[in-house]
Amino acid sequence: MLLIKNGRVIDPASKTDAALDVLLDGEKIKEVGPAGKIAAPPGAEVFDATALIVAPGFIDLHVHLREPGQESSETIETGTRAAARGGFTAVCCMPNTKPVNDNASVTRFILDRAKAGGSVRVWPIGAASVGSKGDAIAEIAAMKEAGIVAVSDDGKPIATAKLARQVMDYCRSLDLPVIEHSEDASLAAGAVMREGVTSTRLGLRGMPAAAESVCVARDVQLAEVTGARLHVAHLSAKASLEQVRWAKSRGLQVSCEVTPHHFTLIDEDVQYDSKFKMNPPLAAREDREALLAGLADGTVDAIATDHAPHEPALKDVEFDRAPFGILGFETALPLALEQLVRSGRLSLMRMVELFTAGPARVLGIERKIAVGQAAELTIFSTNHAWTYHVKESPSKSRNSPFDGRAFKGAAVATIVGGRVVYKQ
Amino acid sequence: MSYNFRDLLALEPLNADELGFLLDQSKPFQEIQKHPLKKLATLRGKTVALAFFETSTRTRISFGAAASRLGADSMNLQAEASSLKKGETLLDTVFNLNAMKPDCLVMRHAASGATDYVARHLDIPVVNAGDGTHEHPSQGLLDALTIRDRLGTIKNLNVTILGDILHSRVARSNIHLLGKFGCKFTLCGPAMWVPRELEKIAPGTAIRCVYRIEEALEGADVIMMLRVQTERLNDPPFSANDYVLLYQLNAARLRRASSKAIVLHPGPMNRGIEITPEVADGPQSCVLEQVTNGVAVRMAILYLLISGATETDTHPALEVKRKESANASD
Repeated sequence: MLLIKNGRVIDPASKTDAALDVLLDGEKIKEVGPAGKIAAPPGAEVFDATALIVAPGFIDLHVHLREPGQESSETIETGTRAAARGGFTAVCCMPNTKPVNDNASVTRFILDRAKAGGSVRVWPIGAASVGSKGDAIAEIAAMKEAGIVAVSDDGKPIATAKLARQVMDYCRSLDLPVIEHSEDASLAAGAVMREGVTSTRLGLRGMPAAAESVCVARDVQLAEVTGARLHVAHLSAKASLEQVRWAKSRGLQVSCEVTPHHFTLIDEDVQYDSKFKMNPPLAAREDREALLAGLADGTVDAIATDHAPHEPALKDVEFDRAPFGILGFETALPLALEQLVRSGRLSLMRMVELFTAGPARVLGIERKIAVGQAAELTIFSTNHAWTYHVKESPSKSRNSPFDGRAFKGAAVATIVGGRVVYKQ
Repeated sequence: MSYNFRDLLALEPLNADELGFLLDQSKPFQEIQKHPLKKLATLRGKTVALAFFETSTRTRISFGAAASRLGADSMNLQAEASSLKKGETLLDTVFNLNAMKPDCLVMRHAASGATDYVARHLDIPVVNAGDGTHEHPSQGLLDALTIRDRLGTIKNLNVTILGDILHSRVARSNIHLLGKFGCKFTLCGPAMWVPRELEKIAPGTAIRCVYRIEEALEGADVIMMLRVQTERLNDPPFSANDYVLLYQLNAARLRRASSKAIVLHPGPMNRGIEITPEVADGPQSCVLEQVTNGVAVRMAILYLLISGATETDTHPALEVKRKESANASD
């Protein structure tokens, strides 16, 4: 058993913000009571959470663990250790591995590897189409039986409107969310950053914001046609957010996530450094403003990292040739505290919601601190001063634009299944 | 005044004084081009590595001539002969070149920013000889020198650039140089090649995009042509006939510009596409002066970066002249 004492419990699902003790017994929460009122049972481990926040376990809806197939960039073991350091208790891994997670045996392989060497829960996302090629629907039912929590052809959108519609129809019958990487491939072809004054000045090929928003427009209308649960991944453009707002106003089951790098950085930060190259690319200043507003007003449902490790040999090349993507686990919470909470835009409660109850809702599960709930907790500090040095990361890759950045606040302990899997 | 940077990667970060210094330092080297004997000993024993990862004829030869006229040796790496096709990374290729101990790297590459990227990893001066669609600093300098020679000034001119501005590194370098001397820019071409974002790429410089050549030429002091890259005509599919109809610079259209207006072209020209032979060979055309000035500008760049000279140092070209006049009086 594990008793977490004297912490400030922030639980968005029950709107709790109070000094409470939480007693964990194996996989479940056994007791929640006022601070100092729960006596540690004999043999129980005690964690003193004085001056710390105790939150439900953080869920990351969008990560790349690179296993199977690209183990030189990341493995389930190294990726989940980095996730634990970032305070995440569960991560949803995208299917663009080699081979693609488009059938139950790959799903089972991932889950087996996670069971053997994973620090946190790994919830696989299955491919929507075979090989994510956009031709035929993958064996989604078999993958669901094996343990996937959603489908996506992430890295690209479901290729055609027709197939997207069919996948949505099918997933509605299976009660699975469809996660879309929204991008019109023809508008984005060859682009390496967002189109705008900066891309024009730097002479880098840009993709317009519309490359994302025309695809979101397509998908929200198909969500209306099908009644499916549609989740827009790594939303970056103001116009896309307006599409999601429209869908929500019509009562559709549409949700979206925003990454820490999109609410922190903008296209003007790009300086031929491939650590600033990701897809969707860093957006315009006004897009970032819109994302911050959407995070505050509830239009955005979750913060997801899009943790995308690439080994230095792949990433340390000319900007044009570098693959898209950056690390995300260890800087997500500190960036959220810096950009969202300390800036006064969001309450701490709302920020925690974006890491917990928000993503849980997308997956159709509960995430709260109450008796009988899963013993998954994230304990963090809001004022611990530290500097992120990517070379100290358990990740196998080093592609972070935040290397060397000074932060206030970080995960102090990550608890999965009643066990402390990371402690600062 | 001096040039206080290790490299020459772009003109955008330089101020008017620094740009003016580079132009002034080129002036005596222009004179050298008129001498029967053009070779100096200034950089004797030094080596310039020319790494052209994208095909180039005139810029490569021009830098080679500049190095040789300063007395330096050059090592040549050409894209087709390079190991890049064998899978070596750009950085490894450049590290290998650097291990042969050149004193300066002159580099052209198809990726914008590739020279910045390489320069961050090297300890010798790097000269950008054109990076993707970003900048071509020596072209910007030689154009400015040509304009100053013909019009007597580079201040407060009306400069019109015609063609595919979006994909032009020459246009960007010219805007960043001449803009700092108060020149106003009119950019003109098909809308796909002249996006409105261009108006904001150089804060402080007046830039407008127009889509009718007649409007663009009105009152122009300098007309810069850009090569229509025929491969670009296919993406998107776009008719060369349409281009000629709308944007070709011919004598009738040129009459809308100032009567003293000059016409520049970085080459190679597509006669009959963006420019008529009549204009290309006419009295207002400066295309061959540009090429001659290119050698002078590149001599100045290599001299300053390799020798680390400042304004107070005696210019090597003047040294030569002194010697010549001394010899003459013998």
